[in-house]
Amino acid sequence: MPSVAPHLPWDELIEPGRVHGSLYTDPDIYAAELERIWYRTWVFVGHVSEVPEPNDYVLKSIGPQPVIMSRDRQGEIHLLLNRCTHRANLVCDAPKGNSSAFRCPYHGWTFSNTGKLLGYPFNSGYDGTALKAELGLGRVPRVAQYQGFVFGSFAEEGPTLEEHLGAATDAFDRLVRLSPTGEVELTAGWLQHKCKANWKMLLENETDGYHPQFVHSSIFSVASSGIGDLYGDKSTAVCRDLGNGHTENDLRPEFRRMDQPLGWFGTKPEKVPDYVAQLEAKLGAETAREVLVDGSPHVMVFPNLFIAEIQLFVIQPTAVDETVQHVTAVQYKGAPDMNRRMLQQTIGSVGPAGFLLADDSEMYERNQRGVQARSPEWLTIRRGMHREREDADGFTVGDATDEVPQRAIWKHYRSLMGGAA
Amino acid sequence: MHGSATNGAVGSGLDVATLREVEQFIYREARYQDELEYDAWEALWTDDAIYWVPANGGDSDPTREVSILFDNRARIATRIKQLHTGKRHSQTPPSQLRRIVSNVELLDGEADGIGPEGDIRAGANFLVYESRERGVTLWAGRSDYTLRRTPDGLRMAYKKVTLVDSDRPLYTLAFLI
Repeated sequence: MPSVAPHLPWDELIEPGRVHGSLYTDPDIYAAELERIWYRTWVFVGHVSEVPEPNDYVLKSIGPQPVIMSRDRQGEIHLLLNRCTHRANLVCDAPKGNSSAFRCPYHGWTFSNTGKLLGYPFNSGYDGTALKAELGLGRVPRVAQYQGFVFGSFAEEGPTLEEHLGAATDAFDRLVRLSPTGEVELTAGWLQHKCKANWKMLLENETDGYHPQFVHSSIFSVASSGIGDLYGDKSTAVCRDLGNGHTENDLRPEFRRMDQPLGWFGTKPEKVPDYVAQLEAKLGAETAREVLVDGSPHVMVFPNLFIAEIQLFVIQPTAVDETVQHVTAVQYKGAPDMNRRMLQQTIGSVGPAGFLLADDSEMYERNQRGVQARSPEWLTIRRGMHREREDADGFTVGDATDEVPQRAIWKHYRSLMGGAA
Repeated sequence: MHGSATNGAVGSGLDVATLREVEQFIYREARYQDELEYDAWEALWTDDAIYWVPANGGDSDPTREVSILFDNRARIATRIKQLHTGKRHSQTPPSQLRRIVSNVELLDGEADGIGPEGDIRAGANFLVYESRERGVTLWAGRSDYTLRRTPDGLRMAYKKVTLVDSDRPLYTLAFLI
């Protein structure tokens, strides 16, 4: 692995209550992040439901790297690099499809969907050398799944996916528990929302409980939504450091106080009777009610998967000052009435024209312009430091609007980049 | 796919008066959008209106797949109310806009069951020049309309905006397209 900017004084750039502005703007730091975070730690790539059949494939990414997620004939999932091992052409140009092999259009080299080199035209030109064993497609060496979510790590060795996810596994468990089949499907396709901002502006905002009442006041004031109050000064919700850079806005205290099944989704059981009946049949009426009161998680899985109740966002850095946010609606396998509503609410809220995300994106871009100003150099993330506390499980939590998540992200970031853990 | 079968050859059945009326309607809609005449623009819609900007090409099913925008009449009203708050940050300050609308065509056939008989189908191409602090963004695409005659003149029952770039990463699209 190239050693990029090892000289950078990470401990001087990242303090417990403030971070240096250059972390969002310095191309050398961005290059170092690619090596030490994006090409090392576990990164979310896609979901098994995006390649449901044998030989399905879909183009995905790990940061700026193009990755083919394929399912082979036996059903195993592979993450392959979209680069011919001959002269580096792209071997796959369709965004998705079904094929057991990829044929490079440049000189006809053909690779199986497991990455093996199957053949190359006019092979006498290689003097009998056995290229096949040597020149398979590049691959993401470690691939692992949790609840159908596929992650890749470019590091040959390191923590397992479950070790990396740690306490964040609970977010996936809670998400799929809301599905009457225990499975979610990402079948609604993705919106791709681009902004001129560093990826960490997005990462830090996903579990920022301080901004909704300000950034989203326009929609809260014209559409009936209880979201704003969840992030008020009086809210009993908490923000939480889940470890390993994973962070959460835990809204369950508010939902339990309100005690309304599906209140978290702004609807009532009688509006989605089939879904509720299915969930009751699976979990029993009492547990189903608890699950429907608690709602869906709001958890940012470091570095790129944001589980936002009914949406999933995937953060993809494409340059130091440009990021693409991919977003889709969560769909519960076998729950069409609920799925329709989750899809329509997603379309209204997020993506380039969304009532919420258009304004978040505007903030990211203004942050990126603002951070170019020379003074005060630092960004302050000390909100709620005086009232941080441990919850019953030993996690650091703060009030709904505190900056526990931002401090948790930077602490983990610093340890990955080479500073003190 | 909307906008396939066109009307007969010019001069053999082209309703020039209707074409002129439709053109004037579409140009007026474009001016309302460019000049932030939000209420005047909202008044162009019928009560059963659908305003749709598909993602990932133009052939998706908006009840099963994500769209960039898929508004019924109530959601159009919410969109306009949000713009009027002055706190829609992605339009505060608003984008500076001018758009060219061209290739206006009357299209054959009824509105694919979207509205009652007598609705007019029309299509047009557009190019929008958007200037914001971020920089200049060009938005190109095709609009397919279903227009209805009412006592107040033509009204939009359906507008589908298929962006040329609908399958690529897009910047925020918070102005009226």
